Amino acid sequence: MAINWNALWEWANPRKFMSWTDRALPVFAVLAALMFVAGLVWGFFFTPDDYRQGATVKIFYLHVPSAMMAINIWAMMLVTSLIWIVRRHHVSVLAAKSAAGIGATMTLIALITGAIWGKPMWGTYWEWDPRLTSFLILLLFYIGYMALWEAIDNPDTAADLTSVLCLVGSVFAILSRYAVLFWNQGLHQGASLSMDAEENVADVYWYPALVAIAGFVLLFITLVLLRTRTEIRARRLHALEMRERVAEQ
Amino acid sequence: MIRLFWRDITLSFRSGGGFGLGLAFFLILVTLIPFGVGPESELLQVIAPGILWIGALLACLLSLDRIFALDFEDGSLDLLATAPIPLEGVVAVKALAHWITTGLPLVIAAPALGFLLHLDSAAYRWLIITLLVGTPALSFIGAFGAALTVGLKRGGLLMSLLILPLYIPTLIFGAEVVRRGAGGFLVGTPLAMQAGITMGAVALLPFAAAAAIRVALR
Amino acid sequence: MMPDLGKYAGDVLMAYGITIALLVLLIWRSLARSAKVKRQLKDAEERRKTHG
Repeated sequence: MAINWNALWEWANPRKFMSWTDRALPVFAVLAALMFVAGLVWGFFFTPDDYRQGATVKIFYLHVPSAMMAINIWAMMLVTSLIWIVRRHHVSVLAAKSAAGIGATMTLIALITGAIWGKPMWGTYWEWDPRLTSFLILLLFYIGYMALWEAIDNPDTAADLTSVLCLVGSVFAILSRYAVLFWNQGLHQGASLSMDAEENVADVYWYPALVAIAGFVLLFITLVLLRTRTEIRARRLHALEMRERVAEQ
Repeated sequence: MIRLFWRDITLSFRSGGGFGLGLAFFLILVTLIPFGVGPESELLQVIAPGILWIGALLACLLSLDRIFALDFEDGSLDLLATAPIPLEGVVAVKALAHWITTGLPLVIAAPALGFLLHLDSAAYRWLIITLLVGTPALSFIGAFGAALTVGLKRGGLLMSLLILPLYIPTLIFGAEVVRRGAGGFLVGTPLAMQAGITMGAVALLPFAAAAAIRVALR
Repeated sequence: MMPDLGKYAGDVLMAYGITIALLVLLIWRSLARSAKVKRQLKDAEERRKTHG
């Protein structure tokens, strides 16, 4: 089936976006709540303890999904920023803006749960391990991006400048990742979820983790839609206020 | 373009131009470190490479907002944007002038300050080389950050927040070269990486910075 | 119902507690801002109708 790409852009038209998200948002919200609760309840109550790590393995269902989201949300922001630069779609850049706060929260969760997990396993809350350090740097990037949005009054100027920052920031984030790896080999294990089944964690942990990941993804989609709707309204509000100000003069 | 270059350099030498301020800041920072961590020469020797690099980085940051802010305020940035030379070139020239007036003096002063911190004698050569290779990246990355915040009323603090994370790779490789040099290890890889970052920053960031300035002037 | 968490009970519960608290804060802030902007927009639209 040939996909009509032009029709795809239609979905990003602000008015159309508002109308379809109005219907889709409750669906996503319910799904997110279901999957999120199911994943965490399954993980928390119905999984065995690891023979080596004991009950701390339950932190896995928080740590891994949030860490995945932390990185993927930045990637999503990069894509939507690029779309803004190339196609000037307002919804796109507002989605990036909405995602930043969620991404920062996810990064913070990954860092905190990691620290709590690290204490019993490695004997320390914090170690200047490449992965931990990279996440701290990622958090700084999120904070900088959000701070730049806050600092600029004109929404179009803010959108352009933050998009450029996101682009350059992405390059430097990747650079930092490799620089940090070079700087200190660490304690952290490799990726727990690779496509290679041999390397994966056992199925008993894997299935609830998948549900938890789905829950985090759905939660992100719900929140990003909600927040993007808010930003679209805020933009309209800004435009109306500007018009009022002009009318008063 | 050459005239712009000289104009920027002479401006920075005038009073309040910022030349010398960076150096003084660097000196003060290095003076403060022993008060903070204690005067033991073994300890200072260990942390000297990191301190000198971080000092250079912060001293560089101090004068960055001057790159575009003054020209933005008096309107000459508008003139430069409409001038026959491309804005990317203007940015590159201004970043280069910033490096000459801030980065280069730091490179020259660093060995003297390294002496104060009991830097390992084998490391001096590498300290100078890595600062020489790395500080242009600081100026060019900084020019990008300054361009992003040029239209803002109080952009200084925000600029630091935006730029400092971007300095991380340069800092890591720079300090690593000095550390390895002091220990007598091979320094080729980090030095090459740092040179790569500098060249990449010099080649690409003027475009990003020029794009940001065009947005700010709109 | 409560599983035996052994000696790591404090760590695990703290991780869950903090995560859920942060997510609730995020959701609450998103909803609060959504409601605020919605209300302000409605006011602005009505002002426009009555005056304009």
